[in-house]
Order: sequence, then C-alpha cells, then structure tokens
Amino acid sequence: MQSSRPGPVLLIIATAVALFLLMPLLAVVPVSFTPQRFLSMPNGVLSLRHYQALIDNPAWGQSVLLSLRIGILSSAIATVLATMFGLGIWMFQPRFSALLIGFVLLPLIVPPVVSAMTLYFLMTTLSAFNSFIGYDTWIGVALAHAVMITPFAVVLILVALFQVDRRIDLAARGLGANLTTRAFRIIIPNIKFGIATAALLSFVLSWEEIGVTLFITSVNAITLPRLMWMGLRDNIDPAIAAISVLLIIVTAVILALRIFIERRGASETK
Amino acid sequence: MTGKSVLPRTILLLAPLLLFLGLAYVVPFLGVIRWSVTLPEPGLGQYHAVLTDPLVQSVFIRTLRICLFVTVAALVMAYAIAYVWVRGTPAQRMLAEFCILVPFWISVLTRAFGWLALLSNRGLINTWLQAAGVISEPLALARNEFGVIIGMTHFLIPFAVFPIASAMRSIDERVLLAARGMGASRSRIFWSVFVPLTYGGLIGAALIVFVFALGFFVTPAILGGGRSVMVAELVYLRIFQSPDWGLGAAISVVLVVFIGVLLALMRRFIKPAHLVG
Repeated sequence: MQSSRPGPVLLIIATAVALFLLMPLLAVVPVSFTPQRFLSMPNGVLSLRHYQALIDNPAWGQSVLLSLRIGILSSAIATVLATMFGLGIWMFQPRFSALLIGFVLLPLIVPPVVSAMTLYFLMTTLSAFNSFIGYDTWIGVALAHAVMITPFAVVLILVALFQVDRRIDLAARGLGANLTTRAFRIIIPNIKFGIATAALLSFVLSWEEIGVTLFITSVNAITLPRLMWMGLRDNIDPAIAAISVLLIIVTAVILALRIFIERRGASETK
Repeated sequence: MTGKSVLPRTILLLAPLLLFLGLAYVVPFLGVIRWSVTLPEPGLGQYHAVLTDPLVQSVFIRTLRICLFVTVAALVMAYAIAYVWVRGTPAQRMLAEFCILVPFWISVLTRAFGWLALLSNRGLINTWLQAAGVISEPLALARNEFGVIIGMTHFLIPFAVFPIASAMRSIDERVLLAARGMGASRSRIFWSVFVPLTYGGLIGAALIVFVFALGFFVTPAILGGGRSVMVAELVYLRIFQSPDWGLGAAISVVLVVFIGVLLALMRRFIKPAHLVG
C-alpha cells in the first residue's frame, strides 16, 4: 500500500475539495445568527431572532408535522414494497431479475423534472376522482414520494439480501420450513438491519424531497422543503438559515443512527 | 427449482411493487406523452417548437453547456477526494468519507442556501473581500450561471465519487507494485497505470453526473435566480406560469429519449448499487 499513498499534490487538491464540500454547510451557521432582517453576516452582534421566528410563526411547525406524516407514510409504503420485491428476487431468482430490477429503478434514473411532470399528471388525474388523494393533498404527496424513494429502498434491501448466506435458507427448506416461515423467521431476521436502514434513509429522502413536491402541491400541502423554497425564491428570509442549521443537526443525528444500526448489524452477524 | 408451483408465489411477492410503479409511474408517463401531442391542439407542434423555437433552443444550449462544465469540474474534484478516500491513511480516509457523505445527505435546499450565504452580494465572500479592501463593489457570484455551476458541481461530486472509488478499489495492488518494480516513478505509475485502470469508473461517473445535471431543477432555479434558466426550470415555468402543458410535456419526452440513449451507452459501466452511498 505504501507505494500508492496520496502524495502532497493530491493531498492539497483533496483538501481544497473537502473544504469546497463543507463550506456551504458551515456558511449557514453565522448567517442564522444575524440580527438583520435580510441575508447577511452578523456584524459583531449575534441574535437568536430567526430561531425565535421559527417558533413564533406557526407555519413552520405545521409544515414540520406535515412532512413527518408524509415521510412516515411514504417510507412505510416504500419499505414494505421494496422488502417484498427483494424477497421475491432473492428467493426465487426469476429469469428476468436484472430487467425487473432495472424497471423498478426507473424513478431513480429518470430526470427529476420528468418524474415531477409524470406525477403531476397522476395527481391531477386522481383529483378528478377523489379530492383526498390527488393534487395538493398530503396523501397524494406521500404516494408521489413513495414512487420516488422506493427504488432507493430496493437497492439498500437487495444489498442486504445478497450478504445473506443462501445455505441458511436451504437448510430451513430442507428441514421442511414453508415459504412464510422461511421469509419471516429466517430471511427477514437476517436483513432486519438492512430493512431498518432502508426505512430510515427513505424517510430522510421524503423529508427532503422538493423537486416533485413543487409540482404537486399549491396551498394546502405545504411541506417543510416547500416552505423553505418559498422563503428562498425572492427575498431571502434568514429564518431559512436557522432551519437549515437545525436540519444539518438532525441529519447528522440520523447518519450517526445509521452507523449505529450498521455496527449492531455487523456485530450480530459475526 | 421446484417448478411451476413456485411461479404464483413469486408473482405474489413481486407484483405489488411492479403494479404500484406501473400504475403510479409508467401509465402517467404515457399520459404525459399524450399531453405532448394533444395540447393545446393535436399534432406534433410542440415537438416542432422544441426543435425550432429560439427561446427553447437557447435554454437547451445553455443547459448542455452548464452540464458539460459541471461534469468536468465534478469529475476532477471527485477523483482527488476519492483517491484519498480509497488509498489514504486510515485517518485521511475517515476525513474524506465524512466530507463526502455529510453533504450528500444534507437537503438540496440547505446546500443551495449555503451557497447563497457564501456567494450573494451580502454573503461571506463579498463581505470578506470588501472588508479586506480587495474589491469595492460586490462581485456577482450568485443569481447567475457561475452560481449555478458552483452549486450543481457541489451537489454532484458525491455521485461522481462512488463509481470512481469503486473502480479504484478494484485495482489489483500487484499491478502497481510491478510497475514500481520496473522502476516507474510515482507520477508515472499514477498517470500511466493507475488512471487508465479507472477509466471505466470515470466514464460511469461522467454519465451519471451529466444525466443528473440535465434534469436538475432546484439548485439552478435558486442559484440562477431566474436569469439562467435551464431545461428543467423551463418545464416548471411552462406548467405553472404560462399554462402551456403541451410544451412542458414535449420537453419531458425529449429529455427521456435523450437520456435513454445515454443510458444505453452507460449500461456497461454502472451498477445500481453505485448510485447510493
């Protein structure tokens, strides 16, 4: 390995890249403490007024609750569908596995704006049938998010499944276990950490989703990213900086949780 | 395997997701195609507009130009940090991983806002430069094409890192040792042996970044400030500002066809698992 350790030139470039990657995250911190009404650097005086604004304006709290609700429903749909699909692929190895997986990954690969247009069509069509599930409803947003995050859950669950030793399942089958027993008592317990990670990370993706959400909501279903978007487009509201700082903290906690889940998963399979 | 009796149960497990995506994604896309040839009136007028309308054309050309810039910048930067991530000392590797994964998981809006906080007229960079007396007027760094390129490159670096890093990981250490044994210098080993062995990952990364950049919406809309509109924002504007669903739909279809061709090219280089951290 010694021969291929990064040399000084590469290390300098990589450090610059690392700074570039972290800079925008660090920059929001000072802005969030500005005493001014507009986007600016605090000039010696720090203020918590923009954090206070998050509490005072009920719109923020409402959008957080709505995003939570949407995230939980959509990641539940995605996790269940992806787990079933993964089990089907892993247990039966159908002849066109690659093709089926490719099909399921479409929303991950198709440009977000095309997915947004497609889901806009779906939602406006659904609205014509039922006013609770179509355009600008929370269930509609959850369905659309489920479409967008399921491919991602499929990838994570397939990765977990392909680390399972097939012989365990063969042994269970040899001992006469039926399909349900094999699925619920053998395979799922073996990938439970993979499933937990998939659920957690698909929740994060729904929680942050904005591209599609912009196309399928207008005034009723204002998710947190949608509210941030509204504060970013024209006059930049420094409350966005305060909420960004909080979001960075929450994301860091969730990532730490993911590492914790993976560690436990790793130590248990040893 | 066990023969025919297995088939229905396979279907039972696979069908829910296939049906869900079929009904919620594929069928509506057919609807978008229908919009593109029926709105505002039946015919191929919207496709004609995509090909000939000077405004649409200029947006397409700007989009391609920005995407090319972003792809090259993201590849170079991703290569450097991926190298440290894969072949650095344990401490360097951990730091690199942190710098790659943390931004990857932060919301695209937060990241775009972070760039505004750095680049806008009253942002960090202009404030510092003015305080230091380097400039008297703030530089126009955001709400223009420059801001868009910076923000998109930042967003896409992690997507370039994953395939490059996986190509780097699969290099056989013995090949590098052999090169050294034959007396090659460090830089010779890097440029003549190491880099060529990662071409597959580089091409995969280039295609991923380019495809993602093409349809990307949020960062250009915020950092471009409505002045350097890209294709995706044009679709949005056509639907919500000048109700012209037909043109929005036609642009979407053209994008899908274009990307389908690119994907057919990239099939050799990309594994789905590389798309996520």
